[in-house]
Amino acid sequence: MKPSSVPPAIAQPTSREIMLSGAWTVNGVDAIQSQLDAFVPAQTALDVDGAGIEALDTAGAWILHKFLARLRDQGAVVEVHNLRSEFARLLEVVAEHVADQPAPATSKSPTGFAHIGRNTMAGMEQTVALFSFVGASASAFGGCLAHPSRFRWRAILFNIRSAGFDALPIVGLLSFLLGIVVAYQGADQLRRYGANIFVVDLVGLSMLREFAPLITAIIIAGRSGSAYAAQIGTMSVTEEIDAMRTIGIEPLELLVLPKIMALVIALPLLTVFADVFGVFGGMIMARAQLGVDFSEFIHRFAKAISVTAYLVGIGKAPAFAAIITVIGCFQGFRTKGGADSVGRQTTRSVVQSIFLVIVVDALFSIAFSALGI
Amino acid sequence: MQNQIIPDEAVISLRKVSTRFGDHLVHSELDLDVRRAEVFALIGGSGSGKSTLLREMILLQRPSSGTIQVLGVDLHKLGADEARALRLRWGVMFQQGGLFGSLTVKENIGLPLREHTQLRDGLIDEIAAWKLSLTGLAPEVGAQYPSELSGGMMKRASLARALALDPELLFLDEPTAGLDPDSAAGIDELVRKLRDLFGLTIVMITHDLDLLWQVTDRVAVLAEGKVQGLGSMTELQKMDTPAIRQFFDGPRGRAAQQQAGQIPTLVASPF
Repeated sequence: MKPSSVPPAIAQPTSREIMLSGAWTVNGVDAIQSQLDAFVPAQTALDVDGAGIEALDTAGAWILHKFLARLRDQGAVVEVHNLRSEFARLLEVVAEHVADQPAPATSKSPTGFAHIGRNTMAGMEQTVALFSFVGASASAFGGCLAHPSRFRWRAILFNIRSAGFDALPIVGLLSFLLGIVVAYQGADQLRRYGANIFVVDLVGLSMLREFAPLITAIIIAGRSGSAYAAQIGTMSVTEEIDAMRTIGIEPLELLVLPKIMALVIALPLLTVFADVFGVFGGMIMARAQLGVDFSEFIHRFAKAISVTAYLVGIGKAPAFAAIITVIGCFQGFRTKGGADSVGRQTTRSVVQSIFLVIVVDALFSIAFSALGI
Repeated sequence: MQNQIIPDEAVISLRKVSTRFGDHLVHSELDLDVRRAEVFALIGGSGSGKSTLLREMILLQRPSSGTIQVLGVDLHKLGADEARALRLRWGVMFQQGGLFGSLTVKENIGLPLREHTQLRDGLIDEIAAWKLSLTGLAPEVGAQYPSELSGGMMKRASLARALALDPELLFLDEPTAGLDPDSAAGIDELVRKLRDLFGLTIVMITHDLDLLWQVTDRVAVLAEGKVQGLGSMTELQKMDTPAIRQFFDGPRGRAAQQQAGQIPTLVASPF
């Protein structure tokens, strides 16, 4: 809209007359609103002279209409004169289309207990939905086991490559750095007691049992879990999932099972890779800070670290893999609506899968200590 | 509305516009004029470059060469501020609506007002509700999200947003595509009403023969990178260019003409 030159104005030369002038357009009408609201008619018969109105758009017409309607509601007999014909027409159109303004939705924001209750119900609903999703996936898996030809081997291999092989560099680099950090933090304490060689126990046990599986699962949750949620979410927004069902392809079989199987295979392998790089990082730090050279380190490693520690670490990986894929796919399938919903579900999938991975890791620790492993 | 209507004044004029994607020449030295206050339609087969041409008119894409003037402004030499000012003077309705999924319908319609004017929120909501009713939607629709709307409602809501700032020029991309005949007829009527009410210039892409016969003043047929024919539907009907004949001679073309009363139906008369 062109900026209006003359602001809208209202004047009352006599108690019967109202003179309107200026450009009643979207850029200027806000100024006149308060004047119109404050206007009190002096008598019941009013003549409105619109000759001075130079421009009128729908916003201006709306305000003018509201003003006239208010005067009429208050019992005034209002007549409008000298309005340009196209403006008069516009004013008529505005009057025709006055929507019965729906009362603004009075949904009070829930307070206190109502809020807690609502969140609890939503949380429970989601938990139930998650369990039924797990159930549906398991029954799909059972169906595939009965008819192994229904497994999508190509999709499984593809997922192993994209979620596993392609993640090697980042997993290797981060666990290497983590190994360095662990050795570096321990170095000072150990040196104080002259227990330099025990850096091997520190690095070996903590990397193999805890850090390598955890850091790998967290990286993969951020990298692949989010991708699963976004992919399935977008597909359900664009009705691809529905299309799949109508063609007779079970979405769980095509989209979920290959991902679960691929990650259950890939995540333990990635964990082994992380073990190697983490310990290697520790080795380098041990030599630099504590004077424990490589051969000494490896000699001690073979004695101090049992195979159990290694197996405990990679044994947790399949459980983490299942959590990451199930949460990612589940949140993807829960996407409803449009683009922002895809974003929301993707965020949720990452947050929930990392949360659950850490919770399950803690449960593993408790279970292992109870079992004395 | 604050502009006087000068008949035959060109609102959009394209001169020697060429567009190429790699080796593929979409438009070759195309000339076209759209006059003020007319309903103008671009038609042509798929791949004839209608959508590209529309995108070039609304500053979403640049032609490879040639000049485009819209509302007297040369799109080629436009600075950022001028482009912004120009964009406020037209409204665009996209084929899929282009409504923002995170906002309600009413917020979608009010968005241009909120961005570009200093009006109060309450007033913006009132104006948005009014535009909603102008496009024939029930007031309750305002509180819904775009994903809850049917195709026809989505198009109407999108049109209401395009009208938010009282544009002088309205671009419609396939306004009736994907609608049932009833909703499509509603859109026909709406387009006509808008033109009559506000003296809008309307440029649209459409394949809907009913819309073309009922509403448009002039139609340009695009094929092979050029405008093959230009005129009212009645004029086009008399032309012999193959690209145009194709359009009229199909069974659907004939049916729509009959409905528009252009061809006498084959009822035996007593004489």
